[in-house]
Amino acid sequence: MIIIYLIAAIALSLGLFLNRSTLVNNLLLLVFVVLQAGFTIYECFNLNTIQFGFFKPDAIAVLLLITLSIVSIPAIFHSHIYLVTHRETKPRVRAIYFSAMVLLITSIGMAYLANHIAVTWIFVEITTLCASALIYHHRNERSLEGTWKYVFICAISVSFIFIGILFLSMAMQQAGSTDLSFANLLVKAPMLNMFWLRLSFLFIFTGFTAKLGLVPMYTAGIDAKDKAPAPAAALFSTVLMNMGFLGIFRVYVVISHTPLHSWANNVILIAAFLSVFVAAVYMMKVKNIKRMFAYSSIEQMGIAMLGFAAGGIGYYAAILHIILHSFVKSSLFFQFNQVYRIYQSKSIYDTGNYFKYNVTGAMVLLFGFLFITAMPPSGMFVSEFMVFRSMFVAHHILLLVAVLILLTVIIWAFGKSMFKLLFAPPVGFDESSVVKINPLLSLSQFALLGLSVYLGLNPPAQFVALIKEAIINLP
Amino acid sequence: MIDVLLIIFASSLLYVSIANRLLTYIKILSFQGVLLFGVAFLELNEMSTINLVFILLETIIFKAIAVPMFINYVIKRNNITREAEPFLPNFISLIIVTLIIISTIILSTSISDPYLNKTFFIVALATIFSGLYIIATRKKVITHVMGYMIIENGVFILSLAVGNEMPMLVNLGIMLDIFASVLILGIFVNKIGDILKGVDVNQLRHLRD
Repeated sequence: MIIIYLIAAIALSLGLFLNRSTLVNNLLLLVFVVLQAGFTIYECFNLNTIQFGFFKPDAIAVLLLITLSIVSIPAIFHSHIYLVTHRETKPRVRAIYFSAMVLLITSIGMAYLANHIAVTWIFVEITTLCASALIYHHRNERSLEGTWKYVFICAISVSFIFIGILFLSMAMQQAGSTDLSFANLLVKAPMLNMFWLRLSFLFIFTGFTAKLGLVPMYTAGIDAKDKAPAPAAALFSTVLMNMGFLGIFRVYVVISHTPLHSWANNVILIAAFLSVFVAAVYMMKVKNIKRMFAYSSIEQMGIAMLGFAAGGIGYYAAILHIILHSFVKSSLFFQFNQVYRIYQSKSIYDTGNYFKYNVTGAMVLLFGFLFITAMPPSGMFVSEFMVFRSMFVAHHILLLVAVLILLTVIIWAFGKSMFKLLFAPPVGFDESSVVKINPLLSLSQFALLGLSVYLGLNPPAQFVALIKEAIINLP
Repeated sequence: MIDVLLIIFASSLLYVSIANRLLTYIKILSFQGVLLFGVAFLELNEMSTINLVFILLETIIFKAIAVPMFINYVIKRNNITREAEPFLPNFISLIIVTLIIISTIILSTSISDPYLNKTFFIVALATIFSGLYIIATRKKVITHVMGYMIIENGVFILSLAVGNEMPMLVNLGIMLDIFASVLILGIFVNKIGDILKGVDVNQLRHLRD
């Protein structure tokens, strides 16, 4: 099945690339959505079966795959709306856009499912290629700069991951094996050479931070989310980040069975805390709404990784947090295009009184803001609370206090900008040419926000069971 | 013999650190490709012939000829000036690269792994960090690309160290090499040259907070 899916998705991507007709384009996208949904359902019913040698839908992969499918359907829909409302978009540009997006979604899914570190790495590399095509969508100087920085930093981080894999293979030599699948690594974990494993983790962690959005490699992602069209940025900010998380998660599971466990926790704690710090500093400064959302993602990933490094209930909380974050953050990004259509600007200075011009959209932004800052009844309140509890249990009290202070700063800075957008009157804004926006376009955002509340406050038993199964190998 | 080639490779890093003209960088990249050809040929004696031929072709054609020619073409086409324009004086660069090499040697003496080939490890790690250093201290975007190529060479040496046990990793390394180079240089030759004249990182500073 997986190979059929892969071939079909690549064929669809190729078809989208070559096709110039609007009708065929929409049909192909519809086929892809059906294919993606069907494939996800198939994998749900085939948990833990190895397919095609290199792919195994284990619990965490299936969880993230479902998240990917749920986010990608509105992403394709809003991309369609985006391209229709930008009437200057040529068929050729549209073809490249959708082709890259379909390939991006496919390769993210494959990277989730891969059970061999080299296979994961290959698909991570392909996501860089697809993402760069999406970032360069507008074909102007700024988007070129964003693309160049993203490609260059991702190329270096992908090389770092590869160096990490080489060190991992050296660590494996001592265990007398050459099979680098995650299952075999886990079995051989106590016999690995600690020196090489340590170097390997450092390089793999640093490499994946470019995708996950943590210090030190987070910078490229910010420019990418700023320059890419908002529906594509929604994917970068959610499911692509989850891919980085999964890459670190898989290696961390191996490390947790060795004496390096507490050392690795410290590495993650430092990177995660610095990420929250950097996000707090920039959130006070940025005036570009999209970059503000992007920094907020850095902060959320930092919180998730703090819980992950603290251990205990934190493992559960981290996975719950990234899944809920995917739904909330993507709905904010989907909503952004409506803001842009009204004000024709990304700057917070040019906006204001959004409730007057688009009530439904303003509701999405208000709820999205409340949910992303983890105010109850947000589902993220539950996960964030569990993260703090795990840090408390792990005796990281000082760190916890510092993080809470930084979070307060972030909520203040984020809230100041969002309330300016929603309620304060705009300066020098011409009301006569405001476009009317169909409230139905906000439906998917409400659905995603509602889903995040439902999963956080009243998680279905299967969902909880899947998360528990995902962390079963962790101590 | 392998050791000799690797030591020449390491000294080429010192030469890069004091090179003034872009043409010198290109020549060194090309020379490093030839050295890697020799190392791969001598080291990978347990590998199947077809795979070995593929790897050798990659080093000699791609690393030693195609990429340097391509960079040269980019420089000519975009009328990039010949100077490398480092932020730091060459003398300091030389000292820093020497320190990088010495510290990797010190690091390697602290490892007690019977499987480890220390020369490979030292040269690979020194190359990777020198490449990062070149990227950090040169002004032109094209020198960043060349710094990245140097990192790639380091990764290739590292993959050769485990090449006989896991030939798949060497092939993956080559895939990374070709893929990333084509992507980076492709963007470079098509776009940056057309939009930004006289390519220099200071023109890539619009996106910031």
